[in-house]
Amino acid sequence: MREFEFARATSLEDAAVQFASGGEAALFAGGHTLLPAMKSRLRMPDRLIDINGIPGLDRIERDGDRLWIGATARHATVADDATVKAAIPSLAKLALLIGDPQVRNRGTLGGSIANNDPAADYPAACLALDATIETTGGRYQADDFFLGMFTTALADGEIVTRVGFRLPQAGAYAKFRHPASRYAMVAVYVARFVDGWRVAVTGAAPSVFRWAGAEAALAAGQPTDGLLLDPSELNSDIHASAEYRAHLCTVMLAKAVAELV
Amino acid sequence: MHTRLTLNGTARDLDVAPATLLVDLLRDDLALTGTHVGCDTSQCGACNVLIDGVAVKSCTVLAVQLDGAEITTIEGLASDGALHPMQAAFKEHHGLQCGFCTPGMVIAGLDIARRHGGSASRETIAHELEGNLCRCTGYQNIVSAIEAGSKAMQDA
Repeated sequence: MREFEFARATSLEDAAVQFASGGEAALFAGGHTLLPAMKSRLRMPDRLIDINGIPGLDRIERDGDRLWIGATARHATVADDATVKAAIPSLAKLALLIGDPQVRNRGTLGGSIANNDPAADYPAACLALDATIETTGGRYQADDFFLGMFTTALADGEIVTRVGFRLPQAGAYAKFRHPASRYAMVAVYVARFVDGWRVAVTGAAPSVFRWAGAEAALAAGQPTDGLLLDPSELNSDIHASAEYRAHLCTVMLAKAVAELV
Repeated sequence: MHTRLTLNGTARDLDVAPATLLVDLLRDDLALTGTHVGCDTSQCGACNVLIDGVAVKSCTVLAVQLDGAEITTIEGLASDGALHPMQAAFKEHHGLQCGFCTPGMVIAGLDIARRHGGSASRETIAHELEGNLCRCTGYQNIVSAIEAGSKAMQDA
């Protein structure tokens, strides 16, 4: 890695000051996306700002019909947290499917959604669970947050502070993991609310997206096995063709619907 | 950058360059070469260490992030010449072939024991080793070792 400056932020205000103090800065906590990107020189920031030490940023609490999870909450913590398991068991299960135990001990929710990897898990949860994403700049609905491959609505230096997931009546996340990277080849999160269904797909396209056809079919009580996404809009790479991914989406949708809790 | 941490029970006051990975600090600066580098891409688990009691891949953590933390490496497990129960179980069950992945496997085993006590099934142990690679494919004995080591820790 190229040399860089390093600062330990003690508060969100401190992090903002550090971010704005010249050169290209990067915010991080778990570092499980940023550090690999820096090793391969995809990222070469002049300054890193560690937000792990900011008090309260890892808090998990239920408030009415929302479950709020702090940005620096580790995946392992979310997977094992009693409040999460009671409020949205499918979300705890999703966290348990990220990476491996050591990765889950370090990686964070905020890092996952701020990076918006096309195959990341948490963006699917945010979309399916109609999440409110709270930042130092305001609040976003998940529908307006994930803009494209590795792109979000976040401005430079804006910090995700916590995410409020809306409690569904039932939810399930079905993931077809790449056997080596454990990222989603395709994963589908299905959530049923009193006012309708939400279905989010990750791993299949340049960015996470909602599957309107699946939502409509579920709302109408129709079978979903005849649904097929248009492969021309899906990713094709050395791991899977777009046609295979389209098929996997239909299969993962059925699996999620069958596992609703 | 000034970084204070506790390493294998000893307080250390270090001056660390920000770009130093924890595994490089351990191996190159502190001569603790029991922690290995297999892949350097957070896949293989050979570099696992405990940070505040939790297993982490030390190739994907900056040393300067660990101010105030407590680090335990494979060198810090035995006490007064006696192997830690997890190490003893790896010896007893021959949970190694070439030995390269073993330090990381032992640390992963300690994390499994932390989360499940001595009650983890072989299936659970095998599944939870998904972040550790053994290129000798000696997994069966590794699972046996972690199963026995976890039980021995619970009984201790």
